[in-house]
Amino acid sequence: MNKFLLPLGIFIVLVALLAVGLNLNPREVPSPLVGKPAPAFTVPQLHEPEKTFSPKDMLGKVWLFNVWASWCVSCREEHPILVEFARTGMVPIVGLDYKDKRADGQRWLARFGNPYQIVPFDADGRVGIDYGVYGVPETYLIDKAGVIRFKQIGPVTPEVLEKKIIPLVQELNK
Amino acid sequence: MKRLLALVPAALLSFSLLANEAAPLAEDPVVEQRLVHIAGELRCLVCQNESLAGSQADLAKDLRREVRGLIKEGKSDEEVKDFLVSRYGDFVLYRPQVKPETYLLWGGPFILLVAGIIALVSYLRRRNRLVPDTPLTEEEKKRAADLLKADS
Repeated sequence: MNKFLLPLGIFIVLVALLAVGLNLNPREVPSPLVGKPAPAFTVPQLHEPEKTFSPKDMLGKVWLFNVWASWCVSCREEHPILVEFARTGMVPIVGLDYKDKRADGQRWLARFGNPYQIVPFDADGRVGIDYGVYGVPETYLIDKAGVIRFKQIGPVTPEVLEKKIIPLVQELNK
Repeated sequence: MKRLLALVPAALLSFSLLANEAAPLAEDPVVEQRLVHIAGELRCLVCQNESLAGSQADLAKDLRREVRGLIKEGKSDEEVKDFLVSRYGDFVLYRPQVKPETYLLWGGPFILLVAGIIALVSYLRRRNRLVPDTPLTEEEKKRAADLLKADS
């Protein structure tokens, strides 16, 4: 009896470790930016290149910072959810057009709808690098003091909106 | 005809001019060497089993461009790595830093080694106790001595 107890114990521990390890998504790399101030930048806007956008313009507001591109397939999947969410007017959404062509980005928004209050344009991807973007779409929730509170890697789903983003927005707006 | 012949060198010249248009791969060999060295120890976030040096993903190209810029600014290897870690987290490092969160990672193999040695020693001791120590009888000792003598 005793002889089997130890191997059985080791086996159960291994199964537990594998069960947890194999169910983690390797794409979800914890971002070191959560809890840190949103990196500063100033870039021109997509529709009006003479105007610029900088995160400090949003100080005092809770806002969503969504990184998208017209060439990004999962952005298309995410987009209707953002359009719908923007209608509620709960939180301003800023949409950074990442490594895109100006005309393509504009056409894409014209075709699928524009949920964004402001669309900054990051032609060479430098802003993306500062925000640790490695797979569009990515979405950040930034608080009134300009601190990143939440990061979603990959498309925002209705579930993520309901369970994470909306409660956090309500909390931060208190 | 003569005029045509005169065009031949011109045509050849234009070819050689075209050939020169390809951008040089490495502007500064020292910078490139350091880039390859640093990027070899960093993970490409897009294709996670490739290093930043070997990846052809767009993001890897951009990051190499950033790293190249940092090297040219005279940043040390550590500063370049910190630049990337502050954005992408420890995950980009193929060789994780030694700090409280990674003590188990670095120390784990040694803990296993020590545990293995302890298990081995205790097993051997227990086995020694299981085999009873039976001394030779007088007769057997004599026989052994005779055999040894006969041999020499």
